[in-house]
Amino acid sequence: MTAPRPIRLTVNGVSYEAAVEPRTTLVDFLRQDLGLTGTHVGCEQGACGACTILLNGQAVRSCLMLAVQADGAEVMTVEGLGGRDGALHPLQQAFMEEHGLQCGFCTPGFLMSAYELLQQHPQPSDDEIKEALGGNLCRCTGYMAIMKSVRVAATKLRAASPAAAGTVEK
Amino acid sequence: MKPPRFEYAAPTTVAEAVLLLQEHESEAKILAGGQSLMPLLNMRLTRPGLLIDLGKVAELKYIRESDGGLAIGAMTTKRTVEDSAMVKSRYPLLHAATLLIGHAQIRNRGTVGGSLAHADPAAEYPALAVAVDAQLRAVGPKGERTMAAAEFYVSYLTTALEPTEILTEVRVPALAKDTGWSCAEVARRHGDFAMTGAVVTVQLGSDGRCAQSRIVLFGVGPTPLRAQAAEQVVIGQTPSEQLWAQAGQRVSEVIEEPLSDVHASAEYRRYLAQVLTRRALAEAAARARGAA
Ligand SMILES: Cc1cc2nc3c(=O)[nH]c(=O)nc-3n(C[C@H](O)[C@H](O)[C@H](O)COP(=O)(O)OP(=O)(O)OC[C@H]3O[C@@H](n4cnc5c(N)ncnc54)[C@H](O)[C@@H]3O)c2cc1C
Ligand code: FES
Ligand code: FES
Repeated sequence: MTAPRPIRLTVNGVSYEAAVEPRTTLVDFLRQDLGLTGTHVGCEQGACGACTILLNGQAVRSCLMLAVQADGAEVMTVEGLGGRDGALHPLQQAFMEEHGLQCGFCTPGFLMSAYELLQQHPQPSDDEIKEALGGNLCRCTGYMAIMKSVRVAATKLRAASPAAAGTVEK
Repeated sequence: MKPPRFEYAAPTTVAEAVLLLQEHESEAKILAGGQSLMPLLNMRLTRPGLLIDLGKVAELKYIRESDGGLAIGAMTTKRTVEDSAMVKSRYPLLHAATLLIGHAQIRNRGTVGGSLAHADPAAEYPALAVAVDAQLRAVGPKGERTMAAAEFYVSYLTTALEPTEILTEVRVPALAKDTGWSCAEVARRHGDFAMTGAVVTVQLGSDGRCAQSRIVLFGVGPTPLRAQAAEQVVIGQTPSEQLWAQAGQRVSEVIEEPLSDVHASAEYRRYLAQVLTRRALAEAAARARGAA
């Protein structure tokens, strides 16, 4: 075994220090070392998007990163979306209400990709939603309900924080 | 699957990275954004003894103006290129090509240098580099050198870089005045690697004829393919749909043996190259007229 390396990172606002073997992928570290199994692993080659997380605010594939590369980073996983009391995030609520999921395997990835989108474009067009979610695969829903869930979530979020609705887009 | 075992180093300067490469030449590999290398590691198609991660080399992350064109550090992410106001206004061709690379989640990590050095035959950046005569700067134990993109691409996934060299910068010269451009491709799904694509420029002279043109195809051979025979069809002529079609026809004749794989047969790629050349020329000429 190659010697474990020390890393420090924040995941969902909690600081962690750990020692990881260089070859450990970030998704395996999150799931196996931290027990955060909300992030799913599908293809392990960047194609399906199930493992999408936020790294310093940007949606990335956690299967295409080593845990050692996340040293010093701020990570957010699907577990960080809702409140600590178990309350669902408006995105999660919208997916539930609008049938944005069936088996749920792809859902954490879709939620994180959609989260990044809504941070940048509180009022996304359908094309922007498609562009942001194009890298996530779903075998069940046929995508239309997912599109609708994101639209509904955007409306919910704008209602909750009217200031965001006026945000000037880049 | 999971990556095989390897040692890992995260140097903070180019000099340190080159030293590491030199010490471990035969078994070391550079890790940039990991968007091509990690799948290869996960599938165990490559087994390096040491990964040299350039992620912490801050001196390789920049986009600067350079002689009217741009100089971009190898570790600049595609996302940074895509969001750069300077790229959008000064180099719309680079902006447009960037948006065709993978998905947002891939562009958030994947780097400019990684795409250029990986030399995937279906990648957009290498074709763009050849089309605009980009210069690639590399640093190795013997110092630095600069190569023209046309001589950088040697074969399938193979470049002129020595195993101990690091690609540090790409310089994309400004397009000449009155030059229009197009980056056109066909992929099965938006964000997938293109089956075939074309990067084309057309410069219109004051007489309305095509003064210059570049036609570079990707996804049809082991490296970006500059179709000079088709450029000659266009240069000196008056733009017309018929002329673009003739150039497309010429392209399909000069492609020797297009790739053939599960994504597309050789004949289909040959056909796509013809259609894309025609469309890209028309678009580039229209842009040149707009710019005139
Ligand atoms: C789902 C998916 C879709 C994609 N679609 C596209 C697409 O449509 N078009 C496209 O062009 N690409 C696509 N890619 C590939 C992506 O653009 C990669 O980012 C790129 O090919 C490699 O860049 P990287 O920074 O990730 O490099 P890495 O994966 O880290 O490295 C790739 C190779 O280049 C070498 N290398 C990297 N940087 C340097 C350097 N500075 N000096 C010397 N050697 C270096 C590495 O050693 C390695 O061999 C896709 C990837 C995925 C996962
Ligand atoms: S598991 Fe990461 S993209 Fe499929
Ligand atoms: S809900 Fe089953 S894969 Fe998307």
